[in-house]
Amino acid sequence: MALNITASRPDPALLDLPWELPLETWPEEHLAALPRGISRHVVRFVKLSGRVLAVKEIKADIAAREYQMLRVLNRIEVPCVEPFGVVSGRVDVNGNPLDACLITRHLQFSLPYRALFSQSLRVGTSTRLIDALAVLLVRLHLTGFWWGDVSLSNTLFRRDAGAFAAYLVDAETGELHQALTDGQREHDLDIARVNIAGELMDLEAGGFLEAGTDAIDTSNRIVTRYTELWNELTGLERFEKGDRWRVDERIRRLNELGFDVDELAISTDFDGTHIAIQPKVVDAGHHSRRLLRLTGLDVEENQARRLLNDLDSYRAGTDRQNDDEEIVAHDWLARIYEPITRTVPRDLAGKLAPAELFHEVLEHRWYMSERAGHDIPIEDAIRDYVATVLPSKPDEATVVGVDTVEMPVVAMFDDH
Amino acid sequence: MATVKFDEATRLYPGNDKPSVDRLNIDIEDGEFLVLVGPSGCGKSTSLRMLAGLEEVNAGKIWIGDRDVTNLSPKDRDVAMVFQNYALYPHMTVADNMGFALKIAGVDKGEIRKRVEEAAKILDLEQYLERKPKALSGGQRQRVAMGRAIVRSPQVFLMDEPLSNLDAKLRVQTRTQIASLQRRLGVTTVYVTHDQVEAMTMGDRVAVLKDGLLMQCDTPRHMYDHPNNVFVAGFIGSPAMNLLDVDVTDGGVQVGGSKIPVERARLDSSSGKQVTLGVRPEDLELTSEGQGIPVTVDVVEELGADAYIYGSTNAKQHADFDESGAEVPERPFIARVDGRRPPAKGETVYLAPKSGHVHLFDAGSGQRLGD
Ligand SMILES: Nc1ncnc2c1ncn2[C@@H]1O[C@H](COP(=O)(O)OP(=O)(O)OP(=O)(O)O)[C@@H](O)[C@H]1O
Ligand SMILES: Nc1ncnc2c1ncn2[C@@H]1O[C@H](COP(=O)(O)OP(=O)(O)OP(=O)(O)O)[C@@H](O)[C@H]1O
Ligand SMILES: [Mg+2]
Ligand SMILES: [Mg+2]
Repeated sequence: MALNITASRPDPALLDLPWELPLETWPEEHLAALPRGISRHVVRFVKLSGRVLAVKEIKADIAAREYQMLRVLNRIEVPCVEPFGVVSGRVDVNGNPLDACLITRHLQFSLPYRALFSQSLRVGTSTRLIDALAVLLVRLHLTGFWWGDVSLSNTLFRRDAGAFAAYLVDAETGELHQALTDGQREHDLDIARVNIAGELMDLEAGGFLEAGTDAIDTSNRIVTRYTELWNELTGLERFEKGDRWRVDERIRRLNELGFDVDELAISTDFDGTHIAIQPKVVDAGHHSRRLLRLTGLDVEENQARRLLNDLDSYRAGTDRQNDDEEIVAHDWLARIYEPITRTVPRDLAGKLAPAELFHEVLEHRWYMSERAGHDIPIEDAIRDYVATVLPSKPDEATVVGVDTVEMPVVAMFDDH
Repeated sequence: MATVKFDEATRLYPGNDKPSVDRLNIDIEDGEFLVLVGPSGCGKSTSLRMLAGLEEVNAGKIWIGDRDVTNLSPKDRDVAMVFQNYALYPHMTVADNMGFALKIAGVDKGEIRKRVEEAAKILDLEQYLERKPKALSGGQRQRVAMGRAIVRSPQVFLMDEPLSNLDAKLRVQTRTQIASLQRRLGVTTVYVTHDQVEAMTMGDRVAVLKDGLLMQCDTPRHMYDHPNNVFVAGFIGSPAMNLLDVDVTDGGVQVGGSKIPVERARLDSSSGKQVTLGVRPEDLELTSEGQGIPVTVDVVEELGADAYIYGSTNAKQHADFDESGAEVPERPFIARVDGRRPPAKGETVYLAPKSGHVHLFDAGSGQRLGD
């Protein structure tokens, strides 16, 4: 059988990879040692034409289906890994068939949850991960996507101004419908809860879980966080006709949670004494979209919130409240954000994404100011941060050397 | 343990104009292994979720034992939905991997240990309980995953394509293990797959669904020998049954150059001048030139004692549909022949159905004619 590559923009260099070898035995020279979550299939990171790709060996029909699904999810702008292609028709040197490979782009600055737990941990890491996963799950469900295998392992995390942003990495079991039923959502939540409990108990058994964290209590948090968010985003709210401020209040709350309301249904009672409102179309990314529009910066939601706050203080500090917002934003970008993020020496640039670095510097300045008892200029803060904090951070563009785990479900040897 | 009954169970998804599961009736016996099979989108997962309590039932009822569970929440039904994808946790022992879901459910330690040990005995994993999954073979790992379901000891197991991501070899192994395990445990099981071979090898009975409608629910043997309609005839069996649209003649049907006698009563209920004739590849024999169905051989697959020939014929093949519902243009005509003297590629052979081995279906409704 001939090698068959499906990709939207195929890179000819793909042909130079050793497709005739089982993925497990690919030589070091092609590989990038990055951490992975638990998986049943063999997954490797491969260096190709200056980028890093994730390659997963999997049955051809499943690979094709997952590839298509990821393409659709990307098109509807759900946070997930970007599909790169499928290679099928592989045979080894003896002509025996090998499974197909699904190729996705390595998600830069992303961390599998296991890597986060093997670093020195801030308290509350597991709850912050679960909060991020709850947001992802709600977003997926709002688009009609049933995941079928919700877990920490099937999610990648990016730092997001002290919190995390979650991305879907494994779409193998997913289904996309017009809208999900309550039963389908409940099913996903149940799967999530059990998987998360298992994953946290595993960390506990390995001595990685933060002391004082209870695996089961923490796993239940996915249900409560999800339900709160879902109700806020989709729930019907009734109030008396006089309380019309509650319409604006609802929109404000949704914005605060990071969502824009694109469509809100408003109806009155039969006798006109009560009003009912219900968001019909909500769209994640309230802050990041606004920041993108003002500055062209494409960052995570909480990072955007942080940067917008800094932009606001800049505006107040320079007394330009009456100037056009876009012009002020442009100046802030050129005078504050870019100089600060560019201060980082090249060899330390892979430590943190620029927006995350900016957030850290703002935090650092706050601590420095508190210690000094007066305001510290941001230029001093970045200098001190680069000198004292940044060098000891792990490289997160491509974290290396963390324990990675595979539990292949292949018939390894015949028992029974 | 318990019986399960789908009683006119119907699910219409909001926004759809047609039910995804349409008045489903199945009576599942206590301890039975029932497989739901059918092409993608036929309503298998929906049916299973309705039984699990994860999908609203718009009309009809669902019973577990003598309890009407139609409006009960999932946790009050005592069913265990076996996940499609089971992770194994590397730092946890085999025992903990099997028992952790019970811990979540709040079962006490002693009871968990007891159930894990029982399950390990059944699964032949006793000596591995304190090991880590890494030290196990692929097959043993698969059994640990099964252990996770067994320890819950529910009244009914529900499994939705649990083998879909296994490699071919492990899939066949695990299939047999699940079936034999189920028989030993005797727990009523509803199993979903789109693979008819899997369905036929595992199920006590098989229920074939298409477009939300139950096509037939039967033992594998009876389903194979007596498909109720053209869809089941073409769906069940590998290689698939040959289906031809043939003319009704006086006292029989005209198949190529031969007239096959058919009892009048069998044809009486047919609505038109044509019927669909089905004959399985193994129910054909070579006949003399000019008789039967002329088939030009394209491929010969030699399997030792037998050989299969795949060819083309000028007889009118019944239009067939693939998994997505699109019409499959040309299916090869398939016949099993003697492996010691197979015809050559390019040769034209004449094939006739063995007597008593033809299936007839109404050309319009597709329903089986006669018994
Ligand atoms: N594009 C990517 N970027 C970064 N990491 C990735 C990417 N693709 C895969 N990974 C890593 O590889 C791991 C395994 O991938 P994946 O979950 O797709 O495999 P799997 O075998 O299908 O898993 P499962 O056992 O859940 O079915 C992920 O947990 C993730 O850490
Ligand atoms: N939330 C939903 N809204 C609308 N239609 C839905 C929804 N969920 C499922 N369906 C539709 O119901 C039908 C039956 O779906 P179901 O998932 O039960 O099929 P299946 O037999 O399990 O298919 P597969 O083999 O692909 O898993 C399909 O046409 C599907 O598109
Ligand atoms: Mg995975
Ligand atoms: Mg299904």
